[in-house]
Amino acid sequence: MSHCFSNAIIKPLGDSALIVQLGEGISPAIHQKIQALSSLLNTYPFDGFIESVPAFNTITIYYNPVVVHHAQINNLSNHHSSLTPFQTVSSNVNKLTQHIDEIQSLEARLVEIPVLYGGEYGPDLDYVASYHQISAEEVIRIHTQSECLVYMIGFAPGFPFMGGMDERIATPRRQTPRLSIVPGSVGIAGKQTGVYPLETPGGWQIIGRTPLDLFRPDLSPPTLLQAGDKIKFVQISPEEYYRDKERNR
Amino acid sequence: MTVKVLNQGLLTSVQDLGRYGSQQYGVIVSGAMDKYSLRVANLLVGNKENEGALEITLLGTTLQFERDRLIAITGGDLLATIDGKKAVTWRPLLVRKGSVLQFKSPLKGCRAYIAFAGGIAIPEVMGSKSTYLRAGIGGFKGRALKKEDVLEFDEMNEFNTSLFQQLDQRNDDFTWTVKYDALINLEQTQTIRVIKGPEFDRFDEKSKKTLFSEPYVLTTQADRMGYRMEGPPLSLAKEFELLSEGVTYGTIQVPPDGNPIILMADRQTTGGYPKIGQIISADLPSMGQLQPNAKIHFKEISHEEAVMELLMKEQIINEIKIGIQFKGSYL
Repeated sequence: MSHCFSNAIIKPLGDSALIVQLGEGISPAIHQKIQALSSLLNTYPFDGFIESVPAFNTITIYYNPVVVHHAQINNLSNHHSSLTPFQTVSSNVNKLTQHIDEIQSLEARLVEIPVLYGGEYGPDLDYVASYHQISAEEVIRIHTQSECLVYMIGFAPGFPFMGGMDERIATPRRQTPRLSIVPGSVGIAGKQTGVYPLETPGGWQIIGRTPLDLFRPDLSPPTLLQAGDKIKFVQISPEEYYRDKERNR
Repeated sequence: MTVKVLNQGLLTSVQDLGRYGSQQYGVIVSGAMDKYSLRVANLLVGNKENEGALEITLLGTTLQFERDRLIAITGGDLLATIDGKKAVTWRPLLVRKGSVLQFKSPLKGCRAYIAFAGGIAIPEVMGSKSTYLRAGIGGFKGRALKKEDVLEFDEMNEFNTSLFQQLDQRNDDFTWTVKYDALINLEQTQTIRVIKGPEFDRFDEKSKKTLFSEPYVLTTQADRMGYRMEGPPLSLAKEFELLSEGVTYGTIQVPPDGNPIILMADRQTTGGYPKIGQIISADLPSMGQLQPNAKIHFKEISHEEAVMELLMKEQIINEIKIGIQFKGSYL
């Protein structure tokens, strides 16, 4: 039961969600389409729409099938009374996908993330340096020069899946994951770089720490980073780290 | 001061129907593991269906009432007692000042729910009273209940008050209870209905058959986040790279070791393992009542049937709701 239309593949994820795929692989162009569909859904939500989660090349749409069903029955102008909620939602989504290209690419926010590199804050910085046979300073220089794109948020509140890190510092995960990683830790895993918003276990190579809070449940939106943001890491001194940390309290 | 926690039990937390609208930021949905029981508990005391209630896990939870309070206990039968006497469940219940409510042992099912008339007085976080344990937000101070905690309640509405007064004047229980059999199944060997998942066709022929023919057993790694299952391992026809994407309640995903994991209320918002199946929404509350070692037979049904099942259960809840509004005249 897949619907193919305007390059969108729509598959059910059970009876209350579906996945719309808008391309293969990871690229800024596909990301742009995902962002456009996400914005269209929020601007023109259908009856029963709950929320959506944008990812690399898919967007998962959550809906209440009971509401979709009743809305469809009550819609007198609708002649397709035997449609399932999935079919009704698919047809709504298909209509929206036709307008994807009309959405102006949104001006990406550039978010600077201050990082205190190395030492106890970045216990794996020296490992990453020796892995590539360069100096720690060189790792920091390359890391701060990359401009990264937040493709999606997942795993934990505000945890960014980013692309665009310079591959010269790509480093495999740690053989043994740490049981606990301090919130704010900045790490590298393969070609990805990211920041841990909550204390969690994790296997990334930790090269520094930011004083910023990535998850702030009292604010709207509740996370510092959102899909579509451009990120630059900026090196700071211990003094600046503690000053910012104090200010965030 | 109205209810004091004498013993927190294994895991007791405030849950409602979940926190929606922030999954795109990585904020998980949480909410009750057995949503039908939570909804009925709230209806029985005259609350709105999605009010926050206590979710009790298996045993141990002990509460002392410091004022008279209208409550309802639903969900699994965890041998609830009031001052040592078996408490009535699935029925509005007036607990008197000084009484002690205790959950002694899981006779049937895994999780019980207590709704309190008026609702638990805690602020909503991002639109929900559910506890997000890992992030430490929502619910009672962002955590599970512990000994010495004191729960306060919001003002009762007109319907809460009317039920309360009826029970107060009768000085006895109502004589009716809600029949839950048509809503949830508390057995520890169950048939659970499944729709094929987005990556079903990526699995080899043997795995596609095995999923629906062999039983799978809940391991001890089964909690609010997900159930790790044990059974004949499932494998892909050919390795392929799946990018992380949004998942949902009841997604059956298969990591490389071949043992399926079923995502439950506290699941992460996204996942990167192939999704072989999806448990139908109508059967998720019964899933929430399973204990480790429970045995599941997955049965494939069509998308259309899944929607029918869901609509049927909504109809049952609706009838319960109307019945309670007639103050139990025919239930």
